[in-house]
Amino acid sequence: MIRRLKTARLMQMLSLLMVVFLAGCERPPVDSEQQGFRGTGMVDVTNPRLASDLLEQLNIPDPLPAVQPSGTLASEVYENVQILGDLDVAEFNRFMAAITEWVSPDEGCAYCHQGANFAAEGVYTKTVTRRMIQMTQDINSNWSNHVGATGVTCYTCHEGQNLPSEIWYENPGPQRAGGFTASTAGQNYPAPAAADSSLPYDPFSPFLLGDMEIRVVGDTALPDGTTLPATKQTEETYSLMMHMSDALGVNCTYCHNSRSFGAWEGSSPARVTAWYGIRMARGLNNEYIEPLTGVLPENRLGPLGDAPKINCATCHQGLNLPLNGADMLQYHSVLSGDD
Amino acid sequence: MAEYQNIFTRVQVRAPADPGVPLGRTIWPRYGKDLHSYWLGKFGDAQIGPVYLGTTGLASLLCGFIAIEIIGLNMWASVNWDPIQFVRQLPWLALEPPSPEYGLSLPPLAEGGWWLMAGFFLTASILLWWLRMYRRAKALGMGTHVAWAFAAAIWLYLVLGLIRPVVMGSWSEAVPFGIFPHLDWTAAFSIRYGNLFYNPFHMLSIAFLYGSVLLFAMHGATILAVTRYGGDREVEQIVDRGTASERAGLFWRWTMGFNASMESIHRWAWWFAVLTTITGGIGILLTGTVVDNWYLWGVKHGLAPEYPIVFPDVVDPAMNTGGSP
Repeated sequence: MIRRLKTARLMQMLSLLMVVFLAGCERPPVDSEQQGFRGTGMVDVTNPRLASDLLEQLNIPDPLPAVQPSGTLASEVYENVQILGDLDVAEFNRFMAAITEWVSPDEGCAYCHQGANFAAEGVYTKTVTRRMIQMTQDINSNWSNHVGATGVTCYTCHEGQNLPSEIWYENPGPQRAGGFTASTAGQNYPAPAAADSSLPYDPFSPFLLGDMEIRVVGDTALPDGTTLPATKQTEETYSLMMHMSDALGVNCTYCHNSRSFGAWEGSSPARVTAWYGIRMARGLNNEYIEPLTGVLPENRLGPLGDAPKINCATCHQGLNLPLNGADMLQYHSVLSGDD
Repeated sequence: MAEYQNIFTRVQVRAPADPGVPLGRTIWPRYGKDLHSYWLGKFGDAQIGPVYLGTTGLASLLCGFIAIEIIGLNMWASVNWDPIQFVRQLPWLALEPPSPEYGLSLPPLAEGGWWLMAGFFLTASILLWWLRMYRRAKALGMGTHVAWAFAAAIWLYLVLGLIRPVVMGSWSEAVPFGIFPHLDWTAAFSIRYGNLFYNPFHMLSIAFLYGSVLLFAMHGATILAVTRYGGDREVEQIVDRGTASERAGLFWRWTMGFNASMESIHRWAWWFAVLTTITGGIGILLTGTVVDNWYLWGVKHGLAPEYPIVFPDVVDPAMNTGGSP
């Protein structure tokens, strides 16, 4: 009897230990779908339970009803229309209503416009919005090799919030004792940016703002005398890749043939799309986001006083197609940037 | 469960405290006497100590203590001396080697100097412990097989932390001291040098590692299976007929046509274990120094097969746009 009790307690402790050790793991089921040549491990791994959770959270608004053109341009009706002036005023108003729904549903027009004078420039968000509209047009007209025909709208990132839920600031890292104690070389902490690994905690500043070399693998079998990045820099690239994997809800083999991460032969077309995506995020951060730093109030700035910036998760938010591929751009051709 | 399966130790090996053979001429005594542990008796001999520390043992412990202190205090400093965060984040924390720009020079303490110092004391501690093992074996009139097996592991350690970084001309090529960080380093190292799985010495090392596990399981299981005939008294049965040992050998000859002898099975185990780290060390040493991309090396030598092209349209986009990074 006592022996049985002991065994029961032992089993309890063992199962408790197992729970503790497996707490960080993802609960099955896990589906894998072959996409490359058989046997190469080029499979797309998904967890249908987690994927359906993400899809359920999506709450894509119905498009506003189309309007009859009034025949008058927005610039003829309103003052101080710096962009979109040659848009028909009916469409202009419809678009303003859409933006309000996408970005400031609670605050309404007053989030960007000052009191009764909608032409005034007093509110910083108006300046930012103007730039963001131009950015969206730029993305849709010049970055189709990343966003395809689906394109993006304000809602792709904002999803009804003033600030997109996934943004990044330059990360000075946790508080250290400093002095002559060892520096951590920008890594060795639980890093949310790198899927909670101990890899470098800010892979964004070097790659999505700066243009540090991402490619670390040599393209000759033997050393050919050229100086290549060291193992340490590989960890920077590794960290960025962990972010991409996390942001898109995909595994390495969604893009890479893992027998040679650097080789392009055997890589899936998604890798090419991702390559342009990295350049896009970097370009947008430099061209649109950083110059707005001076416009933003202090509560919008990061610990180092920088503007909230774009990474892969800003649009993707865990899905390999943002908003699961919903085409919202078709209802607002003004954002396509073609006119 | 049937008791004769004999998977757990059922006998307490417990005898009056035995101080061991006379020490001979040493300046150090043995420490401790007549200490027994019931729980250790569950796994082996219940007697603890006396232990002979000696000059090398004491020096080794001291150096090891200094190394652990340097590593641990720097980890603690990296969470701003917060004891709770130190415990919570411990698996993530590390003492990082110097940055690439320092090459083999002596960096400031905060920029890798502590890492060099910790590495020095850890290496000194390990080498002193090796010397201690060697000398204790000699003192007991034993062969020095254990010391040389340990030396094989030290070889891999030295290649990773000292020999290869020196050959590469940079301390930054060495491994950080940390739980997750050294694993990140391992993965990054393999990726940087084009996939270590195409490194034939890495293959050998894995084969010997898994082979060691297999041999250990086979040998352990075989001996346990014949303990009822006294098979655990291995060596004294080697030359006799009709013993547990002969039965154990016969079992494998019937099963797979060949059997090791009671003596040679230990040679098998020793060589497999030792070759794991010897071949592993060679593989690491060749990486980056002689071979830069093991995958391409594998392609060149017919090791990595070519597969049919599934995505013919995929080409390096850097080629299309004029090579911007």
